[in-house]
Amino acid sequence: MAAFQLTINKKKYDVDVDPQMPLLWVIRDFVGLTGTKFGCGVAQCGACTVHLGDVAVRSCTYPVQNVGNEEVTTIEGLSEAGDHPVQQAWKAVDVPQCGYCQAGQIMTASALLKQNPHPSDDEINKVMTNICRCATYNRIRKAIKVAAGDLKVEESEASL
Amino acid sequence: MHTTGKKLNRRDFIRISTLAGGGLVLGFELLSSCAPKKTEGKSVDLNAFVKIDENGQVTIMSPNPEIGQGIKTSLPMLVAEELDVDWKDIQIEQAGLDTDKYTRQIAGGSGSIRESWESFRKAGATARYLLIAAAAAKWSVSPDACTTENGMVVNKNTRKKIAYGELVEEAAKLPVPEDVKVKDNSSFKLIGKRVANIDNQAIVTGRYKYGIDTKREGMLYASIVRPPAFGLILKSYDDSAAKQVTGVQKTISWDNKIAVLGRSTWEVIQGAAKIKAVWSDPKDLESTADYVTKFKQLLQQEPTEEPKRKDGNVQQAFSSGKVIEADYLAPFLAHNTMEPMNFFAHVKENSAELYGPIQTPERTRTRIAEILDIPEDDITILMTRMGGGFGRRLMSDFVEEAAMVSKLAGNVPVNVIWSREQDMTGGFYRPMYAYRYKAAVDRNKNLVAWHGHSIGVNANAANPDSFPAGAIPNFQVDMRQYTSPVSTAPWRGPTHNFLAFAEQTFLDEIAHQLGKDPVAFRLELLDKAKQKPVGEIKYDPDRFAGVIKKAAEVSGWGKTKEPNVYQGFAAHFSFETYVAEVAEVVKQADGKIKIKKMHCVADCGTVVNPSGAETQLQGGVIDGLGHALYAELSLTKGKPDQQNFTNYRMIKMAEAPEVVVHFVENNESPTGLGEPGLPPAAPAVANAVFSATGIRLREQPFIKSGLFA
Repeated sequence: MAAFQLTINKKKYDVDVDPQMPLLWVIRDFVGLTGTKFGCGVAQCGACTVHLGDVAVRSCTYPVQNVGNEEVTTIEGLSEAGDHPVQQAWKAVDVPQCGYCQAGQIMTASALLKQNPHPSDDEINKVMTNICRCATYNRIRKAIKVAAGDLKVEESEASL
Repeated sequence: MHTTGKKLNRRDFIRISTLAGGGLVLGFELLSSCAPKKTEGKSVDLNAFVKIDENGQVTIMSPNPEIGQGIKTSLPMLVAEELDVDWKDIQIEQAGLDTDKYTRQIAGGSGSIRESWESFRKAGATARYLLIAAAAAKWSVSPDACTTENGMVVNKNTRKKIAYGELVEEAAKLPVPEDVKVKDNSSFKLIGKRVANIDNQAIVTGRYKYGIDTKREGMLYASIVRPPAFGLILKSYDDSAAKQVTGVQKTISWDNKIAVLGRSTWEVIQGAAKIKAVWSDPKDLESTADYVTKFKQLLQQEPTEEPKRKDGNVQQAFSSGKVIEADYLAPFLAHNTMEPMNFFAHVKENSAELYGPIQTPERTRTRIAEILDIPEDDITILMTRMGGGFGRRLMSDFVEEAAMVSKLAGNVPVNVIWSREQDMTGGFYRPMYAYRYKAAVDRNKNLVAWHGHSIGVNANAANPDSFPAGAIPNFQVDMRQYTSPVSTAPWRGPTHNFLAFAEQTFLDEIAHQLGKDPVAFRLELLDKAKQKPVGEIKYDPDRFAGVIKKAAEVSGWGKTKEPNVYQGFAAHFSFETYVAEVAEVVKQADGKIKIKKMHCVADCGTVVNPSGAETQLQGGVIDGLGHALYAELSLTKGKPDQQNFTNYRMIKMAEAPEVVVHFVENNESPTGLGEPGLPPAAPAVANAVFSATGIRLREQPFIKSGLFA
């Protein structure tokens, strides 16, 4: 057990946990933010993706002791009003089916666009390695391009 | 059903709904579920589906479990269409299990829309009728002089309007009409529009609470140690190391399982890993290789049971025609929902509260009542949106475990959360299947005989009436089940998920042997089934031909493609929906195959929500491809060889082809859509691979062929 002070979504949290505990579980079970999801625990599926600074990290294998002073951003903190361009695009394209993996997909995509505002298909493929069992991949790709401003959602395709 | 030419009255309606459910469904009692009920609060439940408060806020209940199939959006659309309220103004609430109010609160068999198309629209129309009647009484005019517009009753002559909220008290006192007419398709304002998933905002902001997110005062997390191999019995265990883990509070054991309880998920999973359990001797347990050997032997033997379908005489036809034979093999598959199994339970002395992701709340409650010995009426089940199901959450084992842990731990509230390893190795699985197909063709290039012999682990592997049944003079289907301790369960598109592969690639093989175009060959067979059906046919040859022709048209079937691009065709009928798919694959410079694009054409009757419908098909196609290409759950002495996504490969963005979806437009009643897109995907690709390489893929996963990267 050890005490850590974490900055998550610009708020400070004090936790006293095993230094090896993955950041995911500190966020979910101790801080109480459950938008970050558990999928595999071995950094394969990406459901647990958060930002450390500007970088997308799979929090299920990231020990809390390694966070240091880095600011953590979770899906709940991506935007104050839930209107980040990636979130907007996800709704406009109507991406989610079951929705469980989408927080991780959005966190990965938003970090990608910050680094590379207009990614090519190949660049999207390289970074977007999150698993979606509903296989919403076509719409995820489209939503990334919409968020990048590289594609418009036609009126005929827009959803109520 | 014998309803043709007869107007439904209420009594018929109840009876027919019962029959249509095939025994799974209780009668839909229009009378009780459409009757208004004054609740204690400020709102009035106009019926089980519609709630209107004094401010006019309309809430539509969505009773079916939401699994990602979009039912929480599309069922309320049916009610809203008839009630005539603006979609933007309504709220939607997930109803808990309530067998007095609702029937068929199930997510499975691609059946939610199919089974509810009439009843949900009727509920909306009945509520609208009562609101009009209330307004007409207020204005002292005939109800015929009134209509509705976006949540208001309008006097057609004076153009006066009253909001539903002002009418609901009066409306609730009126007698429920016997039979209310629903709209013709041509009058739909909402059905047929693209409507976004109702929970999108909550999902994209991480605020939607899934079952795994449930946390209550005093709740403990629990992780369960289960037998590492199918067929093992727990002898003893040592939990001293587990109890050393910080946060772990206690362990309990029952029924061959050990639960570790504590204050956080990770800590109890760590604790479970430190349990030292002694299991019975595993030496007699079966491995995948044993199944393969046994299936080969069994398929060489004569079938032992009566054929499930027998038209003409296949043996005679085989002795005179040219015979084509092929064997097919499918592995076990894990369901791998992205949200691992979990459930919240709080069992008290004489009651229980259960909350979480479940496809079958009603059947589950019955089961829980049995194991806890508590009356069903004292058990509450509320459903969360599910992080996927694919058949896994039809089972109730994980709910039963949560209930037992809560009870045995001293009636504490618990959330039992499975690690991915526990989820993948803890069953249930799509059964292994093996098929042997045999066909005969005559000198005039006619397919004259077809024999399918199949084996499934603990399940049937075939559907005896699947096309080309009805189109061939000599046709026989034999099936046998192989009993195994490996727990199996329905998996997206049960039976169809591999049947379509075997049947559609074999059909392609026959077409090539006959020198016929695969599309023309299918149309020729469907024409035979239409003109001169052999035995019973359970599909509509015209609708089947319709999707095939349209798929050929939109994909430019048979036309010259770019160099190294090859096409493959498949079509399959499942859950009352017709789907045809064309795969386009590229043969790359290194000889490997890449799937470039999939065309998917569906006839699912009236499309309720085109946005939801399109994504179900796109997802179904890619899901089908991913599993056919990469997935296998193999066993060594009863123990799963794969434990996580490190050695169980799932399809990702880079491998997912573009899927272009088209619908055949008609006014037929809507049919299933969560599953029918999946079955034709793998055979379309396998047939394209044959075009590209001359190699026939007859076993899954395809990755073993070396043709895919």
